[in-house]
Amino acid sequence: MFKKILVANRGEIACRIFRTARRLGIGTVAVYSDADRDALHVRLADEAVHIGPPPSSESYLRIDRIVEACKATGAEAVHPGYGFLSENPAFQEALAQEGIVFIGPDRRAIEAMGDKIRSKQLAREAGVNTVPGYIGVIEDPDQAVAIAREIGYPVMIKASAGGGGKGMRLAWNDQEVREGFVSATNEARSAFGDERVFLEKFIEQPRHIEIQIIADHHGNICYLGERECSIQRRHQKVIEEAPSPFLTPEKRREMGEQAVALARAVDYRSAGTVEFIVGGTTGEFYFLEMNTRLQVEHPVTEMVTGLDLVELMIRVAAGEPLPFTQDQVRLSGWAIESRVYAEDPLRNFMPSIGRLVRYREPPVSEQVRVDSGVEEGGEVSMYYDPMIAKLITHGDTREEAARRMADALDAYYIRGVNHNVGFLNALVCHPRFLEGRLTTHFIAEEFPDGFQPEALAHPEPDLPLAVAAAVHYNRVRRAAQISGRQDGFGGSLPDRWVLLCGERRAEARVERVADGYQVLLDGKTYRLATDWKRTEPLFRARVGGREWCFQVEREGIAYRITSRGCTFLVRVFDPTTADLWALMPEKRPPDLSKFLLSPMPGLLVALRVEVGQLVKAGEELAVVEAMKMENSLRAVADGVVKEILAEVGDSLRVDQPIIAFE
Amino acid sequence: MHEIIEQLEEKRRRAREGGGPARIEAQHAKGKLTARERIEVFLDPGSFEEWDMFVEHRCTDFGMDREHYPGDGVVTGCGTVNGRLVFVFSQDFTVFGGSLSESHAEKICKIMDHAMRVGAPVVGLNDSGGARIQEGVASLAGYAEVFQRNVLASGVIPQVSLIMGPCAGGAVYSPAMTDFIFMVKDTSYMFVTGPNVVKTVTHEEVTAEELGGALTHTTRSGVADLAFENDVEALLRLREFIDYLPANNREKPPVWPTDDDPERIEFSLDTLVPDDPNKPYDIKELIVKIADEHEFFELQPDYAANIVIGFIRLNGSTVGVVANQPMVLAGCLDIDSSRKAARFVRFCDAFNIPILTLVDVPGFMPGTAQEYGGIIKHGAKLLYAYAEATVPKVTVITRKAYGGAYDVMSSKHLRGDVNFAWPSAEIAVMGPKGAVEIIFRKDLGDPERIEQRTREYREKFANPFVAARRGFIDDIIMPHETRARVCRSFAMLRDKKLENPWRKHGNIPL
Repeated sequence: MFKKILVANRGEIACRIFRTARRLGIGTVAVYSDADRDALHVRLADEAVHIGPPPSSESYLRIDRIVEACKATGAEAVHPGYGFLSENPAFQEALAQEGIVFIGPDRRAIEAMGDKIRSKQLAREAGVNTVPGYIGVIEDPDQAVAIAREIGYPVMIKASAGGGGKGMRLAWNDQEVREGFVSATNEARSAFGDERVFLEKFIEQPRHIEIQIIADHHGNICYLGERECSIQRRHQKVIEEAPSPFLTPEKRREMGEQAVALARAVDYRSAGTVEFIVGGTTGEFYFLEMNTRLQVEHPVTEMVTGLDLVELMIRVAAGEPLPFTQDQVRLSGWAIESRVYAEDPLRNFMPSIGRLVRYREPPVSEQVRVDSGVEEGGEVSMYYDPMIAKLITHGDTREEAARRMADALDAYYIRGVNHNVGFLNALVCHPRFLEGRLTTHFIAEEFPDGFQPEALAHPEPDLPLAVAAAVHYNRVRRAAQISGRQDGFGGSLPDRWVLLCGERRAEARVERVADGYQVLLDGKTYRLATDWKRTEPLFRARVGGREWCFQVEREGIAYRITSRGCTFLVRVFDPTTADLWALMPEKRPPDLSKFLLSPMPGLLVALRVEVGQLVKAGEELAVVEAMKMENSLRAVADGVVKEILAEVGDSLRVDQPIIAFE
Repeated sequence: MHEIIEQLEEKRRRAREGGGPARIEAQHAKGKLTARERIEVFLDPGSFEEWDMFVEHRCTDFGMDREHYPGDGVVTGCGTVNGRLVFVFSQDFTVFGGSLSESHAEKICKIMDHAMRVGAPVVGLNDSGGARIQEGVASLAGYAEVFQRNVLASGVIPQVSLIMGPCAGGAVYSPAMTDFIFMVKDTSYMFVTGPNVVKTVTHEEVTAEELGGALTHTTRSGVADLAFENDVEALLRLREFIDYLPANNREKPPVWPTDDDPERIEFSLDTLVPDDPNKPYDIKELIVKIADEHEFFELQPDYAANIVIGFIRLNGSTVGVVANQPMVLAGCLDIDSSRKAARFVRFCDAFNIPILTLVDVPGFMPGTAQEYGGIIKHGAKLLYAYAEATVPKVTVITRKAYGGAYDVMSSKHLRGDVNFAWPSAEIAVMGPKGAVEIIFRKDLGDPERIEQRTREYREKFANPFVAARRGFIDDIIMPHETRARVCRSFAMLRDKKLENPWRKHGNIPL
């Protein structure tokens, strides 16, 4: 076994690998850029080596510096995590030359699977089902259109060197093929330095189901069940689970065996993932690609198999045989993973960066796991992926795992950057999700207008109001204990409160009881057993035999209560004030609809319109690049361009006006 | 006797009715509450003691003798906010447009005199069209009587004005002399001369809102401390504000029980100050994380935002906070921020409220606009205010403390009681680059040498040790322990006694 390993990565995955290494008694080395000087992964490792400035091209992608770091620290092996250099054959080559072990498959497997076109050919030869499509490099838009017509619409345009949704475009007609070809080529060039794209048939009602495999150097290959990753947004996985609610044991075996056959064909010797697209109507499955690395979503497999995939990768790389055979692999219960991103679900999920002013993870247990690489006071940097953490829950049943997820998300408290915790909660509480009727279009179909928390229904709509009443009562009672009070004025606390929340007006009486508060709300009694304190943003209470966690914040004279993805702005008044509140004019926020605002900090790379131009709703107005993604900003309504307020090449702030309309 | 009681009932009924149902409806239609409704929201339920309900004006000209309303356009008295005594007057726009008559002024003066005698705050809810023109000079005399009392009460009892309607002409000077002015957005305005006069005299076209609305005064002029969305919000927030203030200048600030541990550690503060000395960070995060229960009542948030002022509580008791804000103008001191902070420091000092100063200041703002505007005298106000203050003063230098601005910001030399520095503190005459360019002017042509000199200077001065060696800094503390250390310091200073030499009054550079 190795004495010391280096992790050529950052963030949650580096932290996660260090934990396993430490458990195995292996020394750990971190590498870090200037932006990560104070990062958690640096502190978790035994040693840390600085490898350059913040941009990953000058740090985490610098093969020479990482090899140098291995030599300087005496690390015998490198775990690459995912992303960065994890699927870069040159990195492996460089390590091999110095006699350093790469914890992953060998170079030929990476090369074979790294090219989407070659991998498909190999898969077909190995007897793996593949999607009908054109496997070859496409020269120009005209050729793309011709091929698309031959395969039949809809078709998908994909970057040969692609991954993570970059350089992918769906086209339903000739014009979209032309547009998609150009933009996919551009994006592929800027993201991968390789502009080749190819076309394939688009499967309807598709589900994304992938098989985890593990192989050693002694010819043993096992599949460790599947993960379903159908909940995606713009081809980025959002929620993953294991097992898939769609697969029968027979189908699982069939897919597993094909995955193993493919791994065998490329002499695979590590953990890997074979991704399939599964037709939700037909049940047919086709090979998509093989990821020759540890996947982001590997923890769900770990939760249902009880295995540590990182440990297995390290042991296999050290030459040990797999400690089990295929028939010893057991799947137990259900696991779900949510990817917590720094992004703004209310603004079309634009990435958000900044300081984690407040950051508290839900309590972990046997059933709740948090893989994160940040802590309160940390920074979500513009240089790297905006994923903050992964939250994984386990249950005996899918329903139990989902409910545990909802509870854990309620207790996930993040302030300082925008995040998708509420959206994740809306997803796992969605009836269609709970029925398991998933497709990769789930989000697009169920949230066609984006995430609108106000449109969500809370399972217990009285509870947030009862919590607001209890919190207000607590504050008022404390205020009445202030020093310097004058006796004899008879002013007493109101015994009745009116709660105003949106259209709802409720009446409440609140009483302090031994274990918390008793709230009589519109005639119904709620007993909130809680030890909540005013310093706590989380109001945990046991109500009717169920544990709840509400996030509570003061906002002016109101309380903002967040739960299950819903937010409630509740005002608690004495009855007189409540009546007078009705006289207060409703004020609307200033009208910003006459401006196109930059939804995120980024670089303005293109302006598509001129002053005086008539634009139609949906038309592309400008392109802003952030986090290496081109984001198309489109007109929300018809209008005429009055003024252009930024220039191509400008660095934009969030909310900076780009275009004014008449 | 019976008849008298009937008359009494009738007068009370009429007084409560103010200017009558039609005018009340008009008031509501504007989104405004009536004078009495406002008092009801502001004071503890059932605590209001009204005086002078039967006062009427004495004017006989212009047909005024035929028009009388009991109370004469202002409701006055006292009551409690969370059990603590306050005096309040609430002008009634439904009666003669809330205009100030001689007797209206007398009612206000009466409660002010009482408030002075018993040592309780006065809160004015202003909603008045101005002077009662029919009364002429009698009305003007009324204003002056109020002004005189504002001045005599200044520094003796807290005075707070909430502008809830028009406040124009000479009327503005009473709120102007109170300690704090709050306004309601869209329904209140304050100006010395209204849009019509402005148009006649300077030919400027301006609306009342632009000229003197809540946004104007909380962002451009700095006249008002806070702007609220509506009457109810303003009154409820005013209650919270009163909870921070001592009743008078002989009392200590109020205390209430808190859930918050004074020794609470905040590890996230260790990464608040970025590595790059030119990168900003939000000082409000520090304030909120030091404060009890993370609550900060900020004043003038949108005016001179390069300095942050407001109240927090530590261990349950009020502390005034003054902090440079690196997010705005790099936290430079300029005319507006100096005036803003100086007045706040003097309020705290007058009312025994300890002051916590958080320093990250690269210096005074350079430029002709500042010099021509008199930054010398305005900057001196803050210096004067700190130097004069005898309340407990605790200072934490988080990063830059350069030049004269270092001295100004509650330094040891201005009788700072406890002065802490974070390890990131740089206490020096100026930043390394500027310093080197002066000290080593002859090397200016040699960038390599300059860089080396800059590095040397940085190593020598860009740390808290130079100041600590001389005792100008009492201790170098870790950011995460700031709350604990500051709380202990104020606890230690609880019974601090310090007096300035006797004098009629100082001569602050106004």
